[in-house]
Amino acid sequence: MSQKSFVWLCLLPLAVVTTAFFLLPMARLVVAGAEGPHGFAGYLAILTEGRYRATLINTVLLAAATTIVTLIVATIAGMFLQRHRFPGRAVLIAMLTFPLAFPGVVVGFMIILLAGRQGLIGDLSNRIFGEKFVFAYSIYGLFLGYLYFSIPRVILTIMAAVQKLDVGLEEAARSLGAGPWAVQRDVVLPALAPAFVASGAIAFATAMGAFGTAFTLATNIDVLPMLIYTEFTLAANFATSAALSVGLGLITWLILALARTFSGSAVAAAG
Amino acid sequence: MNTAGHGAAVRIETCGKTFADGTRALDPATLDIARGETLVLLGPSGCGKTTMLRIIAGLELPDAGGKVLFDGKDMTAVPIERRNVGMVFQSYALFPNMTVADNIAYGLKIRGVARDERAARVAELVALTNITGLENRRIDQLSGGQRQRVALARAVAIRPGILLLDEPLTALDAALRDRLRSELNRLLRALGITTIYVTHDQAEAMELGDRIVVMRKGAIAQIGTPREVYFAPKDRFVAEFIGAANIVEAPIENGILVLPGGRLPIEGGATTANATVMIRPETIRVTNAGAEALSGVVDSISFIGDRQRIVVSGASSKPLNVDAPNTIQAKVGDRVGLSIGADALRLLPSEP
Repeated sequence: MSQKSFVWLCLLPLAVVTTAFFLLPMARLVVAGAEGPHGFAGYLAILTEGRYRATLINTVLLAAATTIVTLIVATIAGMFLQRHRFPGRAVLIAMLTFPLAFPGVVVGFMIILLAGRQGLIGDLSNRIFGEKFVFAYSIYGLFLGYLYFSIPRVILTIMAAVQKLDVGLEEAARSLGAGPWAVQRDVVLPALAPAFVASGAIAFATAMGAFGTAFTLATNIDVLPMLIYTEFTLAANFATSAALSVGLGLITWLILALARTFSGSAVAAAG
Repeated sequence: MNTAGHGAAVRIETCGKTFADGTRALDPATLDIARGETLVLLGPSGCGKTTMLRIIAGLELPDAGGKVLFDGKDMTAVPIERRNVGMVFQSYALFPNMTVADNIAYGLKIRGVARDERAARVAELVALTNITGLENRRIDQLSGGQRQRVALARAVAIRPGILLLDEPLTALDAALRDRLRSELNRLLRALGITTIYVTHDQAEAMELGDRIVVMRKGAIAQIGTPREVYFAPKDRFVAEFIGAANIVEAPIENGILVLPGGRLPIEGGATTANATVMIRPETIRVTNAGAEALSGVVDSISFIGDRQRIVVSGASSKPLNVDAPNTIQAKVGDRVGLSIGADALRLLPSEP
């Protein structure tokens, strides 16, 4: 057996698994999406029908907002945690990364405990203002839940990137007259750009597709995964839910690709 | 050239540095650096030279009681970004997200200098540092020597009062280091700016420094011109650190150094049982045995090209290194005479 055919033979199990559990279901999904009364035009419904389009825009906005806020919070926290040594630092980092251990359902449950009808915030606001603030069952509750499980993922990536920053670069900028803000703008943030793209992409993709949290909070939140679920289980609309699934995947992938291209020059320069 | 300024005079007063973990990096030191002077801080790693540079730069705060003055003005509490110092780092610390021209112009941009003026200044510095044509390169497309020049151009662009260089040539290979050393020397002379240069390489210190501060274990061992520290080292450490030195331990009797291989008159030699004396290898002449007061046997000969290093044993308690002209014919095992002038024997204080 030649070296080459041996390599191919080794790749065979991977090929089988990929085909059976990835390519075939994908193909089936794409076909199923076109099996509705309108055929392949069923895919267009994602964009043309008002309800679907609104949900799509909602989902993208929610994911984008989650990504941006997560990046801001995690960058500040990650930079502080990496640059400072204080008692309890290790415990704090462990606590911040704790949400990684929770499934979406548990995160949703915690949001309800915090901002639900019997929640902490409602209780407090009732005592202070005589009115219950309840936002757990809305897109704001969902936003909070997504933040909760996106921040740990991003913080760890940012901390690793901050550790690799050359302190000399910041000192050089300062020696040339740059104040703290200018140093951040011109030196630190460009150097962290690759970490932003990598960790931001994960936060975005997670927020686009997460289901457990949304499902726990309410069944009428307008995000794509919930829409797919209701179309599939309640309306038994196979074709539409398949089309929406393919659409969700494609759009997420497209936005991530755009983000990479857009930041590509910055990433290359900082690399 | 309008880059020629004379910078600021620097004084550091009882500046020590103890780090948070209790490590004493620098004993309180006082030092004056004249306007336009090039001062070299020289010493082995961990001697406190970089700490001193960073205190002058404003990257480290001296311990309480320490003061840094520029032209008589107290700068101790002023952060580096407002000290107007140009700094070249050992790693060069060039901004990877900017081109060569943007790197050089960065300090001017921060100062709000107009675009045209920045471009003119960049052109001037690119010419001065011999990197014309590289303006639009990215930093990762430059060689080590080119990076060094960009780092220097960037530091000088802001017309700093003081130029601080932290081992700027250490990251380069030996041949390039030699070439850039003389180029740097020419440039520093042309700029005429007050320069503080940190290095562990005594050849760099000799060539570049108007004065050298030899440091050891967080303290200043000696301050002097290159000639002073070479010919008149204050102690054994300086003698051995600067250039090559034979350190001879022997008794002195009535102005005569008594060696196993003979007796040599020595200047200022009070009678003592155990004197420490430095003899530079190039001050010893190899002659015929019997012609001189001191003689020994050739142990080994290394031919270096422009000279030869002859090791002679038996003359002193330890073998003597002799730098002899490359024309001398000697063989291992030959008995030779050694001629050493009285002024070539340098009496050092005995180490405790």
